[in-house]
Amino acid sequence: MGLQPAITDIEQLKDRPEVAALLAWNAAAVSGAKVDRNELTIWLDRIALREACLTLKNDPQLQYNALADVTCVDWYPRQPRFEIVYQLFSIPNKKYLRLKVKLQGEDANIDSLTPIWPGANFFEREVFDLFGVRFDGHPDLTRIMMPENWEGHPLRKDYPVEGYR
Amino acid sequence: MAHMTPTPVLDPSQDKTMILNMGPQHPSTHGVLRLLLEIDGETIVRIMPDIGFLHTGIEKTCEAKFYQQVVPMTDRIDYLCPMTNNLAYCLAVEKLLGIQIPPRAQWIRVMLNELTRINSHLVWLGTHAMDIGAMTVFLYCFREREDVLRLFEAVSGQRMMTSYFRIGGLALEPPLGFMDRVKKFLLRFPGNIDEYESLLTNNPIWVERTKGVAYLSPEDAIALCATGPTLRGSGVDVDLRRDLPYTGYENFKFKVPISNDGDVYARYMIRVAELRESQKIAMQALEGMPEGPVKADAPNVVLPDREKMKTQMEALIYHFKIVTEGFAVPEGEVYMPIESPRGEMGYYVVSDGTAKPYRVHMRSPSFANLQSLRKMCEGSLIADVVAAIGSIDIVLGDCDR
Repeated sequence: MGLQPAITDIEQLKDRPEVAALLAWNAAAVSGAKVDRNELTIWLDRIALREACLTLKNDPQLQYNALADVTCVDWYPRQPRFEIVYQLFSIPNKKYLRLKVKLQGEDANIDSLTPIWPGANFFEREVFDLFGVRFDGHPDLTRIMMPENWEGHPLRKDYPVEGYR
Repeated sequence: MAHMTPTPVLDPSQDKTMILNMGPQHPSTHGVLRLLLEIDGETIVRIMPDIGFLHTGIEKTCEAKFYQQVVPMTDRIDYLCPMTNNLAYCLAVEKLLGIQIPPRAQWIRVMLNELTRINSHLVWLGTHAMDIGAMTVFLYCFREREDVLRLFEAVSGQRMMTSYFRIGGLALEPPLGFMDRVKKFLLRFPGNIDEYESLLTNNPIWVERTKGVAYLSPEDAIALCATGPTLRGSGVDVDLRRDLPYTGYENFKFKVPISNDGDVYARYMIRVAELRESQKIAMQALEGMPEGPVKADAPNVVLPDREKMKTQMEALIYHFKIVTEGFAVPEGEVYMPIESPRGEMGYYVVSDGTAKPYRVHMRSPSFANLQSLRKMCEGSLIADVVAAIGSIDIVLGDCDR
C-alpha cells in the first residue's frame, strides 16, 4: 500500500458532506480543506470556530456531537505560529473530523468550546498551560499540568527540551 | 516536587461549608490525584480535581527522539496497559508511513491487546473493590494478573514496560510454547471471573455501595467527553474496536456490553462483561493464528533479524542506518484513536518529513474521563467519591503524561 498524495484543493472536496455543510453555512469562514491518509481536515477562521462547531453538531445528517480532542501544534518560527487542532467525533455516524484554526503568536486567543462541550475544559487548560494560547469564555483558565508559578510554556518550540537552567 | 505549595486553593462559598483536601497521597485516589472537596456536613457541594503531579513532559521528550525511540516512552504513559499505548502509537506511525502489517503480527497484536485489557481490568477490579471494602477480591485479581504479567515477560522480556509492538510489526516472534501457555490461561480464566463475580455481583454490601451511586446521564457523558466503559455505562454505544476496526478487529466476533443505568454498578458490570469478551477475542485470535512473518516487508523502517544483520551486508547497512539516523517519515499528520481499557486512546502524530516526530500528542482517556467526576459526585456523600473515582478507572500516569 503506497501513500496517495493529499488532496488540498477545496474545489475537489466540495462533495464531502462536512465541507459542503460548512460552505453552505458560511463559505468565507472556511479557509481550506485537506484529505490526507483518509482523514479530512478543515481550516476555519478564528471567529467562526464556535459557530461552525454548533453547525456541525446540530446538522441532522452529520451529527458531530462529541469532542474527542483539542491540542495545538507550534510551527515556530513560521507565522501564523499556532495551529489549534480539534478532533470531532460523530457518535451516530462513527466518523472523525479534524478542524484547525491558525493563530498568530502575538495574540494567540480563541473562543472556548466549553459552552458547547463542557468537556473541552481540561483540554483547553492543557493547551493554555503548555502553549500559552488563551481561550475566551473558559470558566477556569489556569495551569493544569505545571505548577501555578511556572515560567514559560513547555511545549512551545522555542522552549528547550531540558528546560531553562 | 512540582507543587511546592498546595495550589490551587478553594475558598468555601457559603458559611456552613468547609474545604476538605483529599490526596495527593491517599490510597483510594489511584495514584497522585488531589481532590478539593467543598462539603456541607457529609454532602459534597463542589469538587475540584487537581492533577499534574505526575506530569513528565513525555510529549516534549518525544519531539527530541527518533520515531522508533518513542515506543518505550509510550509504555510509561499508562502503565497498566503498555501494549495498548504501543499499539496506538505504532498504528499512527504506520499510517503515516503507509505500510501494511502481516496478518500474523496483527493477530498477535489483537491477542496481546486483549490480554492487556484483562490485566488492566483486573487491577481496576481489585483496587476498586478494595476501596469500597471488599479486600479479598484484590488477592484473587492479582493472582490472575500475575499470570498475565508472566506471559508478557515471556513474550517481551518485561513484565510491565513491554515495548513489544514496534513500528512495522512486532519486536520478535513469540518464544516456543508461548501460545500453549496463553491457551492454558485463557481456558482457566472464565472460571476465575465467575469467582470474582461470586464475591461481588450479588453481594448485598457491594450492591448497596454501588447501585444508584455516582449517576452520569448519557447527555452529560457525551458533553463531558467521557469515553470507554464510563460512556457505555451511561448507555451510549461506542466501541472503536467494532466501529472503526484497526489491526484486524473486523475479523473477530464479540459483543459490546452497554448499560443504561449510568451508576457505579453499571460500570462494574460492563468491565466484568468486557473481561469475558476479551477472553473470547484472545481465544479466537489464538485459534485462528495465521503463520508467516511478524514484521512488515519494509527494510528501511523495520530492523532486520539479528541473524541476517550478522550475515548479510545489506541488512547490516539498513540496521546501522535505522539505529543511527532513524527513518524519515513522509510529511503529514494522523489521528489514530483506539479503544484502550479506559476509553479512547488517541495518538495525534505530526511529521515534518524528518526522522523525528514534529509533534506527538496523546489524547488520554483518564484525562478526559476525570471531568465526569464533578457531575457524578456533587450532591452525594464523601464515601461515594471513592466509589466514583474507582468506577472511572483513572491512571494518573495516563492523565498527566
